[in-house]
Amino acid sequence: MRGLLALLLAAMAMPIVAQGNAPPAPYAYRQLDDPAKEAAAQELMETLRCLKCQSQSIADSDAPMAGDMRHQVRIRIAAGENPEDIRSWLMQRYGDYVSYAPVVSASTWPLYALPVVFLLIVGAILLRRFRRRA
Amino acid sequence: MIAELGHAALWLAAALALLQLVGGALALREGEADGIAGLARPAAILQGGLAGFAFFALLYVFAVTDLSVKLVAANSHSLKPLIFKLSGAWGNHEGSMLLWVTVMALAGGLIAAVERRLPEKTMQATLAAQGFVALGFYAFLLLSSNPFERLPEPAMEGLGLNPLLQDIGLALHPPTLYFGYVGLSVAFSFAVGAMLTRSVTPDFARAMRPWVLGAWVFLTLGITAGSYWAYYELGWGGWWFWDPVENASLMPWLAATALLHSVSVLASRDALRVWTIMLGVVAFSMSMLGTFLVRSGVLTSVHAFAVDPERGSFILALLAVYIGGALLLFALRASSISEGERFAVASREGALVFNNVMLSAILAVVLLGTLYPLLTEAFDVRVSVGPPYFNPVSAIFTIPMLLVMAVGPLLRWRGDSFARISKELALIAALVIAGLIFFALFEGGALLPLLGLALAVMLAVASFLPLRGRNLKRLPIAVWGMVVAHFGIAVALFGMASESAFSTERLAALEVGQSATVGPWEVELASVQPVAGPNWTAIEGRMLASYKGGEGQPIAPQSRNFWAPAQQTTESVLLTRWNGQLYAVMGNEANDGRWQLRLWWKPFVTFIWYGGMLVALGGVLAIIGRVQQDLKRRSIRRKGAVRRADMETV
Amino acid sequence: MGWRMWLPLMVFALFLGLAAYQLTQPKDEFVESRMIGQSLPYFELPAATEDLPGVSSKDFADGKPRLLNIWASWCLPCIAEAPQLEALKEQGADIVGVAIRDDPADVAEFLARHGNPYSRIGRDDLSEVQLGIGSSGVPETFVIDGKGTITYQHIGDIRADDVPLLLEKLREAGR
Repeated sequence: MRGLLALLLAAMAMPIVAQGNAPPAPYAYRQLDDPAKEAAAQELMETLRCLKCQSQSIADSDAPMAGDMRHQVRIRIAAGENPEDIRSWLMQRYGDYVSYAPVVSASTWPLYALPVVFLLIVGAILLRRFRRRA
Repeated sequence: MIAELGHAALWLAAALALLQLVGGALALREGEADGIAGLARPAAILQGGLAGFAFFALLYVFAVTDLSVKLVAANSHSLKPLIFKLSGAWGNHEGSMLLWVTVMALAGGLIAAVERRLPEKTMQATLAAQGFVALGFYAFLLLSSNPFERLPEPAMEGLGLNPLLQDIGLALHPPTLYFGYVGLSVAFSFAVGAMLTRSVTPDFARAMRPWVLGAWVFLTLGITAGSYWAYYELGWGGWWFWDPVENASLMPWLAATALLHSVSVLASRDALRVWTIMLGVVAFSMSMLGTFLVRSGVLTSVHAFAVDPERGSFILALLAVYIGGALLLFALRASSISEGERFAVASREGALVFNNVMLSAILAVVLLGTLYPLLTEAFDVRVSVGPPYFNPVSAIFTIPMLLVMAVGPLLRWRGDSFARISKELALIAALVIAGLIFFALFEGGALLPLLGLALAVMLAVASFLPLRGRNLKRLPIAVWGMVVAHFGIAVALFGMASESAFSTERLAALEVGQSATVGPWEVELASVQPVAGPNWTAIEGRMLASYKGGEGQPIAPQSRNFWAPAQQTTESVLLTRWNGQLYAVMGNEANDGRWQLRLWWKPFVTFIWYGGMLVALGGVLAIIGRVQQDLKRRSIRRKGAVRRADMETV
Repeated sequence: MGWRMWLPLMVFALFLGLAAYQLTQPKDEFVESRMIGQSLPYFELPAATEDLPGVSSKDFADGKPRLLNIWASWCLPCIAEAPQLEALKEQGADIVGVAIRDDPADVAEFLARHGNPYSRIGRDDLSEVQLGIGSSGVPETFVIDGKGTITYQHIGDIRADDVPLLLEKLREAGR
């Protein structure tokens, strides 16, 4: 947080030289006409990582590649594809890294197992304290 | 000359910190408070003065732009406005470390000068711990990041005229955080001193409390301001991203929140001794950990600052010595500290313990999610952990915490019955259920924001319940502090949930003269003008925004192109009403000559930051109330002591 | 009772070990493709410049291994990489280019200035091929065998000492 200010400078100030002058993909900055589909696309985009950025979702980035990924997401959703299928399509290509929503797998199970352990510890602490005291 | 004096003052201050450490250690061994040990207090006061002098010396060389000092030449410029020359002193790695150690030394001097409640031995051990922590930072400064280093040849002109960095928020943000971190370091020293002398008493808690409260107020302000800044500057309407650096700022806050509540239990009821000590150590660890994560660059963040692996190693070494040492001490001593007074489940302490444990669990979840990518990278697997993980998993612990937060202040200390407050409980339950039904009918949406809205409404009402049946004029200020802070949490939660449930987004491509609607707003693109600044040119979209068909208000967001370095930034415009904000961003020109606009209507989003400020205000009230109480208690004690002395002479 | 008090220290020691280990590791920002060993997805790209044909996934199914170079005229490392691509071509590599978000005039100018090692260049304005093969940056170079299977990914610009490795990978793909 010390950097939260210096922080943003890096992010918001993206170098324009290294990105080319080509126009953005049609659906990078354009919403789908169907509000329900747009909402589904938005929800998915917020959970996909921009691969060219420093820890931002593709929904929060002006990087051209993030724009191209938004375009992909929107046209696939418009074509009726299921958001989770789009996520797994991307994960087949980029691995767990591309998704901010870790799925339970060989490499991520402790993320979900440990909070359960925390729950048990919490329960144990409270039970011990209260049972002895009551 | 001034620079050399500042440098010398730092060496002297370091020597005094060493004296504090040695004195305290001798006091522990010999079990007496005289001799060298007796020097600990004066040494701490003098150390504070010297560090303060060194910092003023740094401010001075920045104020006069002494270009023979390397740090000035690298970070300042003779043409900067004075305020940014001064803030340039701490807007870099060396200066920020000096600021940190100065605030820490001043805090140490202050406790040495005024804190008289604790047994002298405990006090000396506390000052020894404070000296020990300071010593590490002095070593860091003097051995590897000397802010007063001279250049062999004075520079012709300074390098630091980057206008992007000339921002008042950027100038004030770091000191805010350091005040928070230093407050926690004082709490840490008190905890270590208490463990060393096995003296964990309500007096210890009272001595520690203002520092914890103060730290907590600064951390609250730091997070609130930082979040608003990110919201405003990043240009996509997000206000919290669960980015590693944001989490690094949240973790000390969570620990400090738990600590300040458990300190209160220890101060008023002499319970939760071990737990309070543990939290004192954890809270400081979290602020060190945050510094480590931000500066070492081990995690990828949009907010990275002064990243350098070598500094990272140094901070990690300090972390290992302080936190490792304190935890070792804890392991050795904790079983010999009794847990203190007992209490029933249905009691104020019971509720506080419950929420302390919940806060700690949330802290554990945030810590796990933040460090997990670091863990998998050690096995060459890269994963991302983001909002879809943090939101629901932390909610598991947050929801029960919010409920207990509403009930706890209604319960009496030691033992109470839920039957006594059954009416209030019924009201709380009714509010949650009614809120859920109301918001579900009003706007379907996802479960979590819905729960957030209902809980926020309930908590907003419940936070005032403790005032029922009490004489408001005679109510202690500290109780007002609690009420305001809890209400602030409700307000902030309402803003968060509302933002996530009711925001509408509109990406529009408009020709000049066309308009777009977003929520209740209609925004017309009146004209597009090029504008130029000192080192940028911009496209400015002049627009008229009208709320529900009302009169149009002019707004003019810009898309700026800086040269040298070539960067594109967005200058968004926020139009604030009592019930929310219109957020407008000017984009680029599309192929067909239309202009890209990003518009959001975010109902009640401002409540997030109003809430944060209320929480901080509550903390300030609590400090005032507690200090007032302590002063009263002290004068009573003194009178008692005088009377006793009189009796003896008689 | 006593052993529990050691838990915080143990957790902290684990963290210290991890953090110390990570500090010594070089920080790479590469995101590796998971498509190694898989077939190229179907695609058909128009020509990025008038002088060379466009690219289709079918072009890779003729039994000859090739390099697939993701690049762009606006990309600075691509200029640094140009001589190495030239060297690869001279040693017999067939290099197919995919130009990301590029303009035909800019492509032509780049080729005129820095040389043309490509047999074909496809124009990928929407990063479709890039996303399809799991590439996350420019430039990147993939080795594709004669059946259209991706066998190797090189991330970043090709340096002089990468050339033998890429030739070796091409040879392997040809077997």
